[in-house]
Amino acid sequence: MSQVKKGKVVSFNKWGYIFLIPFFVTYLFFQLVPLVTTFYYGFFEYYEKGIKDYGPYFYGIKNYIALFSGKLLLKYSLNTLIMWIIGFIPQIAVSLLLGAWFSDARLRLKAAAVYKVIIYLPNLIMASAFSMLFFTLFDDNGPVNGLLMALNIVPEGEPFRFFRYTLSSRSLVGFMNFLMWFGNTTILLMAGMLGIDQSLYEAAEVDGATPTQVFWRITLPLLRPILVYVVITSLIGGLQMFDVPQILTNGAGTPADSTTTLIMFLNNNISGNVNYGVGGALSVVLFIITGVLSMIVYKVSTQKED
Amino acid sequence: MGKDNAMQLQMDKEKVTGGIRARRVVANIVLVLICLLCLIWFYLLFINASRSRADLSMGSFRVLPGNYFFKNFYNLMHNSSLTIWRGMLNSIIISGGTAVLCTYFSTLSAYAIHAYDFKLKGVLFTFILLIMTIPTQVSALGFIKLMRVVHLTDTFVPLILPSIAAPVTFFYMKQYMDSTLPIQIVEAARIDGSGEFRTFNTIVLPMMKPAIAVQAIFTFVGSWNNYFTPALILKSEENKTLPILIAKLRSADFLKFDMGQVYMMILLSIFPVIVVYLALSKFIVGGVALGSVKG
Repeated sequence: MSQVKKGKVVSFNKWGYIFLIPFFVTYLFFQLVPLVTTFYYGFFEYYEKGIKDYGPYFYGIKNYIALFSGKLLLKYSLNTLIMWIIGFIPQIAVSLLLGAWFSDARLRLKAAAVYKVIIYLPNLIMASAFSMLFFTLFDDNGPVNGLLMALNIVPEGEPFRFFRYTLSSRSLVGFMNFLMWFGNTTILLMAGMLGIDQSLYEAAEVDGATPTQVFWRITLPLLRPILVYVVITSLIGGLQMFDVPQILTNGAGTPADSTTTLIMFLNNNISGNVNYGVGGALSVVLFIITGVLSMIVYKVSTQKED
Repeated sequence: MGKDNAMQLQMDKEKVTGGIRARRVVANIVLVLICLLCLIWFYLLFINASRSRADLSMGSFRVLPGNYFFKNFYNLMHNSSLTIWRGMLNSIIISGGTAVLCTYFSTLSAYAIHAYDFKLKGVLFTFILLIMTIPTQVSALGFIKLMRVVHLTDTFVPLILPSIAAPVTFFYMKQYMDSTLPIQIVEAARIDGSGEFRTFNTIVLPMMKPAIAVQAIFTFVGSWNNYFTPALILKSEENKTLPILIAKLRSADFLKFDMGQVYMMILLSIFPVIVVYLALSKFIVGGVALGSVKG
């Protein structure tokens, strides 16, 4: 009896493999083969020169040596990190506050659903169009400067040139990242806060704890795993920062290369005349950084289930 | 004594409810301000898209719309250097194709892991989870090279087909199945003599509709907004998608452009997404948390 049943189960289970074929064939062709060849090229001196190719000549780890001894990798890593931090600090602060309000059963915000819809909206907007919009709005001759002049914050005829200074250019990129991502983070944190045992809050209320005390002593410590998840996934997203600074600065990373991100650096090596060697080595570096960060996320999110 | 205590309690209670009321007012004010911060850019976009070229060139700030909205729209549509209709059509084809393939095959892959027991199941599932966070950018170099070798550069194929293997959508579908798809239904279909593939298409797929709808929107929007890969693959003018046209607008000396048309172009690129989002926002916002780690 059980023998028959087992045989039947096995005959159905081959469909598990069959249904996974499209996924793995596609992955193999469009992702894995490109990934392996990308890494492979990192060990060659190989680039396009006009219509002719130079190489490929085996180069060992010289691409990596050039990458790490040169100043660009460090500079662009710092650019990326700084712009990520400028966006992330307000993002996590605002998201924690809003998440706490949305998940507070006693606060009962009537319009909570409307607020959530609005704060999530910027996340779905085309980043390149949004950047183009910011570029036109914050232009020397744009409406933001028009407003600043009308309010006498800057003198008439002397607009504040946002894209000329490192701090204002980086801040605009960071601010756009904040706008596009705080709604997403709020919803994730809110879901985490709703998962906290309500009886803890009731106990705190009985003991006379203030909302501030409740937030710092109960919500925040219990939220630690999801906070780590939010920080690391945001950092992984930050590493991929491209559309906003690329469009805002027309790919130039102005002023003085201060807004060029790692992916813009990669893009410079793979669009137009492709430099397979440098591009490949850079891809490996990005892969390793992302891999380490992902392992942290994986550890944190599996830890809870134990 | 008892009376004093009761009075004290009553006062405390009033203090607490008063405190909540004050907090509610503060929360609402802050939230309204934050919402304004989110929306003001789209309002400014709309205002500027309705102003004339001459008015915009003065660089002044306006609160109320002008009356050039349809004029700007007309001019943009008849602008020979910007193939906006073509770009929109290309974007719709690529995003639509991506959304269909991605949701169908992600559901199929998730079903394979969910409904069957096979030797390599654990290994394959872990593998898909591990590749989830690998950014597409790190394999972009090999990707362009391979597409050149197989002569798929400047076609839509490399932008649509890869979405069959989408680990994030797969993971979402798997989570959804774990909570809503009882295996008994599949077994009942087997007893009725339904083949495995037919069971998936006629019974499982309809049950997954809510999850498919959410993921179809996310995939469509993601593809609609994507700039990095299409910019590397699409070269000829008639194949370009909207984000590439926006980038082109940025790289042109845009002061020579009619700024009314520039704003109109931005508006047309983001408007469809806003409309779809507002219509379906209930499902989308609810779906965001579901796809993440279990809180």
